[in-house]
Amino acid sequence: MRRIAVRIAQSLGLILAVVVLNFTLITLAPGDAAVVIAGESGAGDPEILEEIRQEYGLDDPFVVQLVRYVGNVVRGDLGDSYFFEEPVTGLIADRLWPTILLVGTALIFAIVIGVLIGVFTARRPESPVSHGVTVFSLVGYSMPVFWTGLLLIIVFASQFQLLPVSGMRDPRFEGNRVQAWLDVAQHLVLPALTLGLIYLAQYSRLSRASMLEVLQSDYVRTARAKGLSERIVVYKHALRNAVIPVVTVAGLQFGALISGALLVETVFNWPGLGRLAADAVFRRDAPVLLGVLLASATLVILVNLLTDVVYRIIDPRIRVGGASG
Amino acid sequence: MLLKRFGLRLLVLLSVLALIAAACGGDSDDEATDDTTPTEADDVEESTDDEADAGAEEPEGSDDADVGAVDGEPVAGGTLLMQSTQVPRHLNGTVQSGYATAVPGTQLNASPLLFDEEFNPQPYLAESWEVAEDGLSVTLNLVDGAVFHDGEAITSEDVAFSITTARDNHPFQTMFAPVASVDTPDDLTAIINLSEPHPAILLAMSPGLLPIIPEHVYNDGQDIKEHPCNAGTECFVGSGPFQLVEYEAGSIIRMQAFEDFFIPERPYLEEIIIEITPDPATIVLGMENGTTDLTATMGSAANILRLQDNEDVIVTADGHEAIGQVQWLEFNLSDPALSDVNVRQAIADAIDREFLADVIDQGTTFPVSTGIVTASPFHNPDAEQYGGGVEMAQQRLADAGVDPASISLAVDYIPPAQLPYAEYVVQVLQDIGFDASVNTVPDFPTWAARVSGGEHQMTINNVWNWGDPVIGVHRTYLSTNNVGVIWTNNTGYNNPEVDDLLTQAGAEFDRDARAALYADFQVQVNEDVPIVFLTTPPFWQAYQPKVQNPPVGIWGHMSPMHDVWLSE
Repeated sequence: MRRIAVRIAQSLGLILAVVVLNFTLITLAPGDAAVVIAGESGAGDPEILEEIRQEYGLDDPFVVQLVRYVGNVVRGDLGDSYFFEEPVTGLIADRLWPTILLVGTALIFAIVIGVLIGVFTARRPESPVSHGVTVFSLVGYSMPVFWTGLLLIIVFASQFQLLPVSGMRDPRFEGNRVQAWLDVAQHLVLPALTLGLIYLAQYSRLSRASMLEVLQSDYVRTARAKGLSERIVVYKHALRNAVIPVVTVAGLQFGALISGALLVETVFNWPGLGRLAADAVFRRDAPVLLGVLLASATLVILVNLLTDVVYRIIDPRIRVGGASG
Repeated sequence: MLLKRFGLRLLVLLSVLALIAAACGGDSDDEATDDTTPTEADDVEESTDDEADAGAEEPEGSDDADVGAVDGEPVAGGTLLMQSTQVPRHLNGTVQSGYATAVPGTQLNASPLLFDEEFNPQPYLAESWEVAEDGLSVTLNLVDGAVFHDGEAITSEDVAFSITTARDNHPFQTMFAPVASVDTPDDLTAIINLSEPHPAILLAMSPGLLPIIPEHVYNDGQDIKEHPCNAGTECFVGSGPFQLVEYEAGSIIRMQAFEDFFIPERPYLEEIIIEITPDPATIVLGMENGTTDLTATMGSAANILRLQDNEDVIVTADGHEAIGQVQWLEFNLSDPALSDVNVRQAIADAIDREFLADVIDQGTTFPVSTGIVTASPFHNPDAEQYGGGVEMAQQRLADAGVDPASISLAVDYIPPAQLPYAEYVVQVLQDIGFDASVNTVPDFPTWAARVSGGEHQMTINNVWNWGDPVIGVHRTYLSTNNVGVIWTNNTGYNNPEVDDLLTQAGAEFDRDARAALYADFQVQVNEDVPIVFLTTPPFWQAYQPKVQNPPVGIWGHMSPMHDVWLSE
């Protein structure tokens, strides 16, 4: 418990460091935000530029801007979007849930299916299916996520028209809550599949290798010698150890998953944080970009924290020995 | 052995899958070309890649026979789903310019006037109007019984408030700058008093430029540019045929028919939904699948050509003529080399506009020779056009004693859409003998900062005419408008004769006399060559055949769609 408290404290420190680093990098990047804001309005003059700089505090020294921003963040105020002139917290709140839904679905899909495939192929490592899965994994791992998305759109949305092309819901949808969820689920299939495939490939390979190693270990041999059924040996005794590397890697890769979501959200017009971030980059909308970076960094740190906790649950050696974390 | 047999099977399976994929993906080449996620320029006033003015010519591939065709009697009801790459900042067009705001804004708010295909004013919220003989006042007589979406009557006070708000806050300050005051002798009469004759004021009362907003909502002491009712369903109150029911910034705008709209039995549509979709390729897929009804943001030429090949979708360049998009190469006249008019004229000589339109843009744009597009009644086709070729350019430089090899030039562009134009210009400059290169910047803001700060030598740019030259043309050439902000006089051009011509034309009510002044203006500018005019891309739009009375007027989608209906 103390260890977890320490990890939480470390995480808070890390988030603060992320805030400072992001603000520094974005503020020091070339380009005048005042010109961009004026340009969004179509025109203006030097007086307007000066007004904008004063209004947004852009003419203050960097350190003053940094301290003010950090202070505001601590109070939960992420500022207003230069573009929408709305609070960033509201914009992020609207987009956070779709991203969590997309990334969460992709992650669960990748872990569950990946581990099942890994276990299945580890039990018959030389079977044609096992080799097929190896090839599939290689292909899945090699394909860029946006390319996979485009292919899936062409096949399932354009040619066969089985699934929606884009968006999170049908704008013309009318129905009850359950039907609304089904509509979202239908829209979720292709983006989650796209995002999940690359990790599915990795996790299946990882769990296969891990399972092969575990199945050779003494305690598994002992279990078999005791006369336990193969299903019990594999799914109760071996799997628990074999899945540890997958959980570790999944936690570490969550940041990459968020990055992948940016591309997937753009390709599928999924209204999440990734799309908001991409738009903010193009618009040089620093408050929104900083807010999205903070939200995604917090998500990654939270997931890593959870990974540590899960790690302790599934591996008693860590609980007892306090070996890592 | 088993492995070998499996390998063979796998090979056969993969081959079959590849064949199926190839057969199914016939259009994939088009799709994989230069479709891009929207640039910053897509979101601001003047997009770079997909819209614009339709020239006098009818473009190839335009399904002109079907444009505006009406199948049977109008039917009320139905939902029109539009997809657009354009993201509005908010929905209050009195303080915000641009296509992104104007498309939903013209559904939500009515304006005093509409305009026909000849740019002539037509009644809308003003059932009649009168310009005083001395040109110093315009009287608007409003429709009786018109109400806002909250049930409050639309009065002349609201018109006066909207005009003065736009005058004081809208980026296009030339629209209402001469408005001295607005008198409201009664609820249905508004008299606009002008400090000088101002013919552009009629076009400035178009739907996209002067939405009539409720004074009782906005005149509450708050800064109207950041007013909470500029967007959001909580307090947005409009005067147009549709009312706002859902608004999610950068994502979706849902509008429902307003039952008490002042035109009887309009609108026909029950609902209009604008879904913001950043990737034009996704929009094209939606059009192909039939899920999207209407769009004017298809992105690249490849996408337009692809939809033109689809018999189930109507693609046309008709509409949006008033926008008048011009793509050009502008010079920074403070650059020592480019301050020499011989150098600028030589570059104009060497540029082949036909090549840009026919090859680079694959026939989806047209060459343009002046800063006023061909669809405008003020275009002058007789201004010097240049384009004599590289040899003529070299000869001109030799005659002027200029050695191009001693001059280094860099070409900026709005990334990423204008890169092909920039690369073409660099090639031309090198052919002449200059040391030339492309200056690549990462994004629109960086480009905007360079150009507005005068750090560039020359840049490809994209600027809209906005119907009347006073609104969209003067800003580029008036020496007084060199104010360090993008889309003003960023060349540093200063010709008192041009200033005088523009001032006169801006105050001339007689259309012929005005056209003559603008003709002289175009001749003078083309002699000075602060800008080489390149192409005018039509504002291509696509819609499903079921869409009747599609918005193909001079303002296109930036006009109310109360007459649009669905045949299915």
